[in-house]
Order: sequence, then C-alpha cells, then structure tokens
Amino acid sequence: MPVTKEDIRRTAHLARLHLSEAELDSMTETLSRVFDDIDQLHEVDTEGVQPLHHVLDLRNVLEEDIPRPCFTREEALGNAPDRTEEFFRLPRVVN
Amino acid sequence: MTYELVIGLEIHAQLLTDTKAFCRCPNRYGEPPNTLTCPTCLGMPGALPVLNRNVVEQSALLALALNATIHPHSKFDRKNYFYPDLPKGYQISQFDEPFSSGGWQDVEGEWGMKRIRITRAHIEEDAGKSLHQDDGSTVVDMNRCGVPLVEIVTEPDFRSESEAAAFITAVRELLRYIRVCDGNMERGSLRCDVNISVRPLGQTALNERTEIKNLNSIRAVERGILCERERQIRIYESGGQVIRETLLWDEATEEIRPMRRKEGADDYRYFPEPDLVELTVSPEEIERYRDGLPELPNVRRKRYREQLHLHEEAVAVLSGDREQGDYFEALLRLGVDARTAAGWMQGEVRRALTSENRDMADFPLAPSALAELIQAVERSTISISVAKDVFRKMLTDGRSARAIIEAENLSQVSDESELRLIVERVLAENPDELAKYKSGKRNLMSFFMGQAMKATRGRANPNRLAELLQELLDTP
Repeated sequence: MPVTKEDIRRTAHLARLHLSEAELDSMTETLSRVFDDIDQLHEVDTEGVQPLHHVLDLRNVLEEDIPRPCFTREEALGNAPDRTEEFFRLPRVVN
Repeated sequence: MTYELVIGLEIHAQLLTDTKAFCRCPNRYGEPPNTLTCPTCLGMPGALPVLNRNVVEQSALLALALNATIHPHSKFDRKNYFYPDLPKGYQISQFDEPFSSGGWQDVEGEWGMKRIRITRAHIEEDAGKSLHQDDGSTVVDMNRCGVPLVEIVTEPDFRSESEAAAFITAVRELLRYIRVCDGNMERGSLRCDVNISVRPLGQTALNERTEIKNLNSIRAVERGILCERERQIRIYESGGQVIRETLLWDEATEEIRPMRRKEGADDYRYFPEPDLVELTVSPEEIERYRDGLPELPNVRRKRYREQLHLHEEAVAVLSGDREQGDYFEALLRLGVDARTAAGWMQGEVRRALTSENRDMADFPLAPSALAELIQAVERSTISISVAKDVFRKMLTDGRSARAIIEAENLSQVSDESELRLIVERVLAENPDELAKYKSGKRNLMSFFMGQAMKATRGRANPNRLAELLQELLDTP
C-alpha cells in the first residue's frame, strides 16, 4: 500500500509533529516500505479466524478500588517545561 | 416550511468510585490542583493501566438499569487526539466492542410515554481540566484525568428539546438511584453533548448534524437545542447547507459558537489498547448484578400510581428520590397506611428537610421512630396537631414519640368524665356567650370548642369534645 506525502503530512498534523519537507519525504519513503512489508500478511488466508486483540491469554486483570498514594504536586509538575504554582502551563489552545 | 428536530444525546457520567479507572489515584472532586496524579494518569512512558473492579461493577449496574445487554466480551481501544488535557495523547475508550449496547429508557411528558433507544453504554476515562486564563495562557489540572466515565449514546429518537430534557432528568434520577454517579451537572460529573439536525417534516433521511458541547444544566440543553434549531433553519431557508461541526454553548451569553470542525471518525485512529486485556462478564455475574439492582424509579412510579393510588405530587417526590422512597417503603413495612405515610413524607418530613436544608440521607429520625408517632395518631392517643409538635421535638432532642407524649402528658383526653368537667367549666366561665348561644347564635359553638381545646392544651379528642359540647349546650 503506497503511503503518500499527504498521508504523512496529515498524520503528523494530528500528532502536532512539525516535519520539514525533507523529513516528510524520507518519512513517506520509510513508511511506504514498512506498509509494503505488512501488506505481505494479506496473502495469508484468515477466513474464519477470530481476530486476536491481545497476545496474552489473560482476561479480567482487575484491581480493587482502594486508593494508593499519589505524586506530590511538586513531583507531578517536576518535568513540566512551564508551570505555575499549582498548574501545568501551556500556550493558549482555543482562540 | 415546517421543520422537524432530530436529536441524539451522548451523556457522560462520572462513576462514584474511590479511585480512577486505570490507576489507584483517588477519584475526588475539589481537591487542590494536581495533587491526585501518578505516572499512569500523567501518561508517563512505561506506566501501565490496570482496570478498577468497581468500574466494571458500576458500569454493569448502569447497563442493566438502562435495559442494555452486557456483552460477554469487551475490549478497550485508544482514541487518539492531541489536546493538552490528555497527557497520553489518547483516551482509553471502547470502540467496536463496547461493554454494553441496545438498551432503552422510557420518558414521560406531555407526549405521553416514549421509549428512547440506547445505542450503547461503554467505559472510558475522563481527561484533565484546562482552565483558560485572562492573560491568554492555559493551565491544566490533571486531578480529573483518568476518572472513570460511562458514555451513554442514544439513537436519534428525540423530536423536541423537552423530550431530551426529560431523558436527561430520567437518566440522572436513575444514576442517583443506583448510586453510580452523583448526577451533578454543574460540577461536570454528568455532562451532555447534543447531536442535532433539522429536516422538513415528512422527510425520512437525516440531514447533516452538528454537535453542541458544554451544556452544563438541563436548561442549557433546552436553550442550546432551540438556538441551534433556529440557526440550522435559517441556513436552509437562505439556501445554504449545514456543515458538520462542533459548537460550544456559552452560558454567559446564551449563544452557541463554533469550536472546531469535526474531524472524521477515522482521525481518531482507534486501535486496540495493548496495555489492557479483554474484559469478560459471565451470565452468573450478570445475574448477580441484576439481583443487586433496587426497584427503579419508573417501576416505583407505576406502582405508587396504580397500586397505592397516591396522588401525582406524592408519586413524583417519592419515586424521584431514592432515599425518600426507601423511607416511605420502610414506613409501609412498619404498618403505616400508604396515604398517611405519603402525607407525612410530603408534609412534615419535607418541611423539616427544607428548613434544615438537608437531604433525606441525613434525616435524623429512623422510620420506626416516625411510625410510632403516626400510629399514636391512628390510635387516637394524640391529635394530629399535637403530633406535629411532638415531631418537631423529636427532631430537636432525639427523644421517642412515646417518651415525649408521656413526659409532657400529651395523651388525648377521651375520658368522658374528664371532658365533661372541662366543658362544664368552660360554660360556667363564659356566661355571656352561653346566653347568646341559647338565644340563637349557634356559630358560638366554635368559640366553645376553642376554649375547651385551650383548656386541655389541644389534647381533647375533638370528636368526643364536640359531642359533649352539643349535649351540654342543648340542655335547657
């Protein structure tokens, strides 16, 4: 399946990734090759085979509803590039 | 041209769990910002989600209360979008194999009874909360990030804003009944998005729809729908086309404004969440959940109307609030007559709650304590007016009805000889009025009744008293 430069541009935009024209070109080429490889799987006949959602043969991994200690605010905000006293701070996102 | 409104709803209900959906940070409203987070809900690399057992239980109760089918297998998916209050870059949700689907809820109104079809009710997680500051910056509180939600999606079955409002009211009532959500729209623990389109009356195909978000009261839902209906009709009338977009309701100005063009469903690039395994629910578990459901409001309403013959106001109050209804039921089990019990619930109990601004859950009297008081009236031990005083005393000092009646000597005087003495004294003390009565002023009867009641501090059995008065007054 050929991947177009437009596909890459759109996908990058959805993830808010800024790619240069050169990066878009190389990404298009690389991902096209990846998709071509994956396309080979289409040759396998999967008629009547249940989709496998998970490789682990596990079900219902659940935890009891009992609180555990959280981060302190300082720990939570510690990696933030910008913060206020109490919050993560970002550039304005809605006009 | 006459247009028909077509509305579908998406309701998000925050579950009343102690911890979040996929980590064990507390699920609590109103805590200081960014104090309820951990690597999982902050989306740190390598952190793994683990589903909360209570989320499954509460979702199951809700699905059953909505008459939906719980699927034996369901799975979780990632819904990918970029937004600053979503630190992982995706919301864990359920896409093609939801927890439950195919339910319904009846709504009542001037249209009679209407069955609204529920497409699905699935489990997902809430995002953090963005706060837009005056200086143009945006700050984010992640306390809400990862709080469990059930999203209830309806079919486009509503034809008016009132039907939509009635549905939200019914679902809110249901959520509170089964105690899986507090239903507080102002705080956002219950949120509603409205999908709306209009079409010429008689047309069967649906026209393009828009979605309105940020409707944080039932009134806002109604106002928003009417606003958007007018806007879409104006577009069609001027020869234009409605485009699919998301609109925001502005509570301050009561206007709708565009938020963003709706990205096609594909753009969420759903794919199975590899960090969570399949969820299965066995038929035995479903039966166990079903056994845990209380009598639901619509069922209760019908029973109160058709079997107990309560009048509409009592039906509405006692079926609308689980705690009040349960209290009423407890009175019935203690042998109190249904209408008498309903009268007390609507009268004294309601007044006491309103004046103290309390919920039924905080009401200090046990049903057995109130039943004892009501039965004292039914046995004519005390009159209804004395009972109301006793009720107030019970609320303030916590004594039982019997203790108050005995300590304050409030038992109704029915004893013939005692009442006769009182009536004779009243007549002797009021010779002028007695003379007037004898000369024909028969309405002075009520004067004598009042005097005799006063003399007994309201304790005289009114029927016996009236008989005696009549007898003695008419003695020549």
